[in-house]
Amino acid sequence: MKDNKIKKAFVATFPQTIPILTAFFFIGISYGILMKVSGFSFWYPFLISIFVYGGSLQFVAIDMLLMPFNPIGAILMTIMLHVRQMFYSIAMLENYRGAGARLPLMVYYLADETFSVNFSAKIPADVDKHWFYFFVTLLNLFYWAFSSLLGGLLGSLISFNTKGLDFVMTALFVAIFVDLMREEKNRMPGIIGVIVAAVCLWLFGPVKFMVPTLLLIVVLLIGLRKKIEVA
Amino acid sequence: MTTTQKIITIALMALTSAVLRFLPFVLFSSEEKTPEIISYLGKILPASIFGFLVIYSVKHVELFKGYSGLPEAIAIAATALIHYYKKNTFLSIAVGTVLYMVLVQFVFI
Repeated sequence: MKDNKIKKAFVATFPQTIPILTAFFFIGISYGILMKVSGFSFWYPFLISIFVYGGSLQFVAIDMLLMPFNPIGAILMTIMLHVRQMFYSIAMLENYRGAGARLPLMVYYLADETFSVNFSAKIPADVDKHWFYFFVTLLNLFYWAFSSLLGGLLGSLISFNTKGLDFVMTALFVAIFVDLMREEKNRMPGIIGVIVAAVCLWLFGPVKFMVPTLLLIVVLLIGLRKKIEVA
Repeated sequence: MTTTQKIITIALMALTSAVLRFLPFVLFSSEEKTPEIISYLGKILPASIFGFLVIYSVKHVELFKGYSGLPEAIAIAATALIHYYKKNTFLSIAVGTVLYMVLVQFVFI
């Protein structure tokens, strides 16, 4: 029975996505509220979550959408933030093959959290793996999109002083940065990021420093590759 | 930015993300064929990028005016310390943000 197979996969999937549900619920709501108090209608965070589907990029985009139009900057920022996600696709190549009509959706939404669940998932032998991957993908998208929507709607009800609320984004980046620095044996890439950004900000100012910073980071990382890989 | 420019910006981000996520399925038949420089950057970039993003998110702070970024520096240090010791992302974000809001609304007015 096909229906039974699908149901079985869904039942196996849901518990494994609960950690993502809690994470997406809080970060998604914060994102939606921040969008709303930054002057965007509630459907902006909802649609951006559905189309872009990348937490850090979406937080950065709040600010970019309020600044002068910069298409090159938008593309470059996306590449820098999401190039790591190419490796999620590479890692899932074998397992995702054969998913047929489900594949486009599974690949389009293969971001950090979905990858972390699917890559390390222990799928019971009697569960169809493609349905399992598919439901993880779909549930995570659902959590993220609706938390953003909820945040966008809640944002208009807020009556307290929201000054400083945008620090949510800084705090999120600081937490991820600390995690990355903890994991890496070599601290140089992290330090390069901070120093290059600070110097470029000082030289080019807040509106124009993004593109030179990103380019300089790539140049330095490639130039210092031998030192970084040895350490 | 006009509404059209906003939509173009969002579309470019969506499209670029999609290209990155789909590319391996189009290009590579197996893990071994990934260009070396791409796998190096994929591994090493995140730390640099998040270092940059921390600075990016406080880029409007003026070091030679007002409080010279003191509330930001305090809140960033507090967030980093809490996260270093407690390893709990929600806790770090909540404490950091509330602290910063208190600082800019009541202390550094």
